[in-house]
Amino acid sequence: MNAPMELARRHRLQWWEALPWIAALACFFAFPNYLAFGTQVLVTILFALSLDLVLGYAGIVTLGHAAFFGAGAYTVGMMAMHWGWNEPLSGLLAAALVAGAIGLASGLVLLRTQGLALLMLTLCTMALLEQAANMGAEWTGGFDGMPGLSFGKIFGLFGFDVLYYKSQYLYALATLLICFLAVRTLVYSSFGQSLTGIRENLLRMHAVGAPVRARQVIAYTISAALAGVAGALFAQANGYVNLAVLGLERSAGVLIVLILGGYGRLYGAFVGAIAYMLLEHLLAKAYPTAWQLGLGVTLIVVALFARNGVIGMFDALRRRFGGTRT
Amino acid sequence: MKKWTPASALAAAAFTACSLLAAGATAQTVKVGVVLPYTGVGAEFGQQADRGMQMFMKLNPKAFDPYKIEIIKRDSKSPSGADAKIAVQELVAQEKVDILTGFTYSPDAIASAALFTEAKKPAVIMNAGTAWITNLSPMISRVSFSMWHAGYALGEAAVKIVKAKTAVIGYTDFPPGKDSLDAFKRGFEANGGKVIDEIPMGGAGQVPDFTPFFQRAKDKKPDVFFVFVPAGDHALGVLKTYGALGMRAAGIKLIGPGDITQDIKLQAMGDNAVGLITIHHYNADLDNPANKRLVAAWKKEYGPNSTPDFMGVQAYDGMAAIAHVVTTLKGKIDPDAAINALRGWKYDSPRGPISIDPRTRDIVMNEYLSELVKKDGRLVQKNIGVITAVKDMCKELAEGRCKQ
Repeated sequence: MNAPMELARRHRLQWWEALPWIAALACFFAFPNYLAFGTQVLVTILFALSLDLVLGYAGIVTLGHAAFFGAGAYTVGMMAMHWGWNEPLSGLLAAALVAGAIGLASGLVLLRTQGLALLMLTLCTMALLEQAANMGAEWTGGFDGMPGLSFGKIFGLFGFDVLYYKSQYLYALATLLICFLAVRTLVYSSFGQSLTGIRENLLRMHAVGAPVRARQVIAYTISAALAGVAGALFAQANGYVNLAVLGLERSAGVLIVLILGGYGRLYGAFVGAIAYMLLEHLLAKAYPTAWQLGLGVTLIVVALFARNGVIGMFDALRRRFGGTRT
Repeated sequence: MKKWTPASALAAAAFTACSLLAAGATAQTVKVGVVLPYTGVGAEFGQQADRGMQMFMKLNPKAFDPYKIEIIKRDSKSPSGADAKIAVQELVAQEKVDILTGFTYSPDAIASAALFTEAKKPAVIMNAGTAWITNLSPMISRVSFSMWHAGYALGEAAVKIVKAKTAVIGYTDFPPGKDSLDAFKRGFEANGGKVIDEIPMGGAGQVPDFTPFFQRAKDKKPDVFFVFVPAGDHALGVLKTYGALGMRAAGIKLIGPGDITQDIKLQAMGDNAVGLITIHHYNADLDNPANKRLVAAWKKEYGPNSTPDFMGVQAYDGMAAIAHVVTTLKGKIDPDAAINALRGWKYDSPRGPISIDPRTRDIVMNEYLSELVKKDGRLVQKNIGVITAVKDMCKELAEGRCKQ
């Protein structure tokens, strides 16, 4: 098969791409008592997916992605707390707009730098927002956060299930599906291809006259908006927001998730979030005081033997034993 | 009509099996879910609380008789509230616990409050100190403290016991600091004292150079200098600056809430700390039979250099509260009856007599004023006075977010 044909075929939906979603729905019926945890996993997948767009595709290294997650979470939290605006879907939209705006504004400045300087500046942006949320206690609840937020029914039909997270799980799943399809379309578009080009060879993209900076800023903004949606989902599903949504721990955690799964390959976010969170969750349950040891050893093994993450490991195995690529 | 699918059949079968198992287990035992930070920055606190609970079981082996309890521990990990909430949700949904306890950090308790109400599970808070936590759910009862207990009582003690008329307040500019400032000021001025200056001394993130703040306080010549800073390096910096500026010689007494003289950190503070006056609901040097018994057993179990501190004792009392609920309700935990059993509950704790306020479900306890002195080469807390039966004044005065 010639190359253009393969490129054209590549972005068509394959039959197996329905499997994760069917599995996620099956989990809803099979594990009704685990949906609170399941909802956190879905939120983390969406957050990791947004990071994949900048880190995996555009090659923008960031340690401050929680800034946008937090901006989204605080947007819906503050709207519900101060204006009584608790309609969930418009909340998601508002969170996307606010986080996207912060992404655009900071991206215009930050993306003039690269490498370590960029890494530090993204970290600083997040720290600034965190400190602002800490100091503006009147508005944000400060360190103690905003507890007991309640949100309206989804489509006016499905109320949030405080105890079993049933509606939150399906709501998060549907939101993730829509965002995933958007990201998938984006990365296979010519815009997405040019992002990969920027990641692979910045100088050459400049040389061929591609508007490098503009594309980076656009990717950064879209990614910020998606992270904002993830943050808003987190706040709505749990009914509270506090400073931890803006912390370095969240930024670093999502980075680990993405690298573990494999970055720059769409499904890395899924595999990474599920593998990392499930492992952490089960270990912590079995050994409340010593689970970090098991998690640490696993991460070291993955870092040593699967440099491209779990998906990369499967790719390598397939190349070795499967032979042909379709 | 519900559609019958293989998945739902499987789920139904699994569910039936689980509920049969669960029913079999609850017939004999009361399940207690414990949520504490066993790892991460709070691991030391988690360990103290865990040991406090174990010491209660060891010293009171018959407390739950004839009923049995099963303790299920979960790690609340980082103090974000998110992990604690998932832990609570799973303890309720999967383990079907009857009572929840633990909660070291305020965000952990705050995030989980809606779950306590929704699931109707009584929760005994073992530490989280933000005053208005008990207002968040009718299922919450607290055996620890609020920031206002020590702050307000210290204001009262500064006038009545230290005989101070004027005070300068220096505080780290973060929420517990501001709470403590408000509480001390209300307590001090309600008893006739006068606060002549309030000095914000930087944030909680890093230790500032305290010299300019302390010089400003010294120039005002107050009777007492009330300082609220986070325990640890901030506290050490305060003591060093206080010594270097010769404030003690100038007749200005340094006072503060007792978490800066936490028992397990005491010996690291050095000679600068001698003379420091603090107030707290517990210190390991308290002279009462229950405390002597606890400290002796603790040192035997965990080594001569270990000591219980307020977190350990709060967990000890938390288990006592749960034992009271279990025996009063004869092993059948009805949530409303459990909370009612806790209202007005009295107990002879290692920190002296305590009770639960029937109205607010928060603790009522003594606050002990103590001075650090050097004895046999060790720093010990010499108790110089007590304010008895202190309530959470934030709720009594309906301050800010403490309004119902």
